Amino acid sequence: MEKRSLPYLLLLPATLFLCVFFIYPFLLVAWQAVSQDGALTLEHFRTMAGHWKFPTAFWNTMLLALAVVPVQLALALFMATLVTRMEKGRDLVLYIWTIPLGISDLAAGIIWLAIFEQTGFLNSMLVGLGAVEQPVAWLGYQNKGTIFLAVVLAEIWRATAIVLVILVAGMGLIPKEYHEAAEVFGASPWKRFTRITVPLLRPSIQTALILRTILAFEVFAVVIALAGTNFPVLMGETYHWQFNLQDRHVAAAYALVILAISIAFTLVFLRTLRVPREAQI
Amino acid sequence: MAEISIRNVAKRFGDFTALHSIDLTVADQEFMVLLGASGCGKTTLLRIIAGLESPSQGEVWIGGGRVDHLPPRQRGIAMVFQNYAVFPHLTVFENIAFGLRMQKLAEGEIQHRVNRTAELMHIEQLLKRYSGQLSGGQRQRVAVARALAMEPDVILMDEPLSNLDALLRLEMRAELKGVLAESKTTTIYVTHDQVEAMSLADRIAVMNKGRIVQAEKPIEVYRNPAARFVGSFIGNPPMNFLPAMKAENGSWRVADVVFKGPTSEHDEVAFAIRPEDLAPSGTGLPAEVRVIEPLGPHVLVTCEVDGHLFRAVLDSDLELKRGQTIRLAPSPDRIRWFDPETEQSLQAH
Amino acid sequence: MTAVTARETAVPAADIRKRGRFLVAITILILSVWVLAPIYLLAINALSSPAQVNAFPKSLVPGMETESIAFFLGFAGVLRALGNSILVAGITMVLAIGLGAPAGYALSRFDFRGKDAFRIMVLMTRAFPLPLLALPLAVMFIRTGLDDTAFGLALVHTTLALPFAVLITFSLFSGIPVELEEAAWTLGCTRFQAFHKVVLPLVLPGIAASAVFAFVISWNEVFAAAVLTIQNRTLTAFLLQNINVSPMHLKFAGGAMLVLPALIFIFAVRRYLFAMWGIASR
Repeated sequence: MEKRSLPYLLLLPATLFLCVFFIYPFLLVAWQAVSQDGALTLEHFRTMAGHWKFPTAFWNTMLLALAVVPVQLALALFMATLVTRMEKGRDLVLYIWTIPLGISDLAAGIIWLAIFEQTGFLNSMLVGLGAVEQPVAWLGYQNKGTIFLAVVLAEIWRATAIVLVILVAGMGLIPKEYHEAAEVFGASPWKRFTRITVPLLRPSIQTALILRTILAFEVFAVVIALAGTNFPVLMGETYHWQFNLQDRHVAAAYALVILAISIAFTLVFLRTLRVPREAQI
Repeated sequence: MAEISIRNVAKRFGDFTALHSIDLTVADQEFMVLLGASGCGKTTLLRIIAGLESPSQGEVWIGGGRVDHLPPRQRGIAMVFQNYAVFPHLTVFENIAFGLRMQKLAEGEIQHRVNRTAELMHIEQLLKRYSGQLSGGQRQRVAVARALAMEPDVILMDEPLSNLDALLRLEMRAELKGVLAESKTTTIYVTHDQVEAMSLADRIAVMNKGRIVQAEKPIEVYRNPAARFVGSFIGNPPMNFLPAMKAENGSWRVADVVFKGPTSEHDEVAFAIRPEDLAPSGTGLPAEVRVIEPLGPHVLVTCEVDGHLFRAVLDSDLELKRGQTIRLAPSPDRIRWFDPETEQSLQAH
Repeated sequence: MTAVTARETAVPAADIRKRGRFLVAITILILSVWVLAPIYLLAINALSSPAQVNAFPKSLVPGMETESIAFFLGFAGVLRALGNSILVAGITMVLAIGLGAPAGYALSRFDFRGKDAFRIMVLMTRAFPLPLLALPLAVMFIRTGLDDTAFGLALVHTTLALPFAVLITFSLFSGIPVELEEAAWTLGCTRFQAFHKVVLPLVLPGIAASAVFAFVISWNEVFAAAVLTIQNRTLTAFLLQNINVSPMHLKFAGGAMLVLPALIFIFAVRRYLFAMWGIASR
């Protein structure tokens, strides 16, 4: 009897916690988004969609994710391949490459601000090289393109590490013999990468993509640090409605939009990158 | 004094039945080996005796008391695990002392017992080391010493030698036999290695598909398999089986030779003979030689008799050629017969 | 065709390999610079005087002045925010491990009905933008008096850290052979004694690493912190709130303050990073 109930006892605290602080709040936020004084309404969604910033924020967020995530995946795959082939200094290189893992998005935004601000290092260098005569306001409201680029760079710099860690851990699970077998059968390094590594790494790639895409939709502090309100994104608008406009119903509607696209993309990745159980290592 | 008695024990995992109603009694100080292929239920049975698994039905008695509701620590047992389970964060000394400290023995007694068992297992020079600094064989010795130091009534061993290399296994086998005979404990030893079973056991319980097929002295199990499975599992190479057709006067025809045999209502039974109980003779079974494997002391000949695979262990001086047909005569007192349906042994008379 | 092969074989294979290795080394170096250089630039700013920070053009060596840092630390509310950050992260760490480790142990050691349901719930948290939880909880906290408290924020941060703690401790416990525990039982231990004497000493370093991980998750979180605190701002919330009004040198000193502990922590747990993710990503 004691043995039967023990696992449930051990799971109970975590389960209760997640019910109270994970499942319940999400029901609450959904209710907030679709109700006004206890009655169902779509008014908040209309307010949200009707605001001039909504389409901009939506597309900015989407474009950012689209620009950032694929580059991160490719870069992390490249880095992981390099590092698994190293013999000496592997640990040091891995440590350096995973440093950004510990850096918050706000700090990352501030770091790249040091580079892109008007008196920052980029301008110092360009003026020093004589490439430009006057410092450029890269992050000024009229330079939407360079703001976008700065945010993309900061995000790639900060969050490639998590993809790298997932992929390196995944590669560690692939037995070396598969590569050796492929080599014996005459596969070139590129063929080995595309035919052995990538397919066997699919579960890790799936995890990394889901995690990164969701985090990309949550992009917030990097943008605030680099662009202030010059570059609206969904999460920033959520914050703005909650705080500055004091309308938590519309903020909740924003939250549901972020939630919806997150779930949609998760399902897409789960579906397209599915690995049948029998085909896993 | 610890007799172990297992009464009507069964174990089911969902739809899968790992053990069907097992009855087995192990006498005090007896060395019982549970022998069987992987998945036959032998480890499950051992774990039920240890209390690491609870039976779906039935009772386990140790030393006259029913224990199946007790946790392992209250059963008066010690156990040696297949992967040794030497605690990596403790020294060899502390590993051996672990159970003694749980019993809250005096420090002097602990010292004394650890040193004595360490000496017995020849690891007294390793007492300060950690598991990571030991070889497989040394870890094995620590695991046995840790069990012996408890001075238990019962020692349970789960394939303790299977992770060692062949030579070391031979050495440890002999040593274990000596040490355990000395310690006067009741031992249940699980293995899939028939040689290990033959050499160690007072009795072997051969298991197949969750049942004990035969539990007898090793030589009995070898000479008189109670079922066809036992004959085919024990012996290397295993027993030969040939179909025997009913002839006149209670005789049976095997290939073109007629043997005296058992009575049976069936028209066909199985004739069985061990490969080493065959000798070339003009009146034997006709065997076409397929493969000849010289093994030093003797030669293993694989032939075909009456369309069936048939092996014989013969004198290495014999001149043989592939494709040649020879005649092999079985020793009459070593022939065994099995029922075609129940696969149980049939008594010849 | 023959000519090409001949020329190719003329270059010793060792040379090609050497050249390849050189290329790999250069690439690794460039990537390392890409990671490290921005941090170095931040350090320059943090270690320069306010005048140097706002000067143009910038020098690529730090002025080795502590003026900016001193100004930052002396700025009203900073020390309090720093204290709040540590407090919240500390509570998060304790809660995440305290709730997560038993669950991780249960998942690794038992087969029971509902195990998959629990795992799915934990994995599901990944598909949700968790900082958004702060919105409904803000209302709930006002009702329960948890609004604007370190504990309230720590509860939200725990939902972020708990799934990690469960999966990481699950992998840690799974790495301890069950036989070690069983051996302890047969040697006279109760379940609890076996856990305490055998399992705990073996997993402790790993648990510490996952605790550090939970700490960093909370330390770095911005959105929920900004939504849920007003007077009791954490460092991230404080910086975010003041980001549009504070002078450059304050931002950079603050940024450095955020980065430094994270760097140390990641260094401390680097050995566990991959082991943790190896299982956590399945």
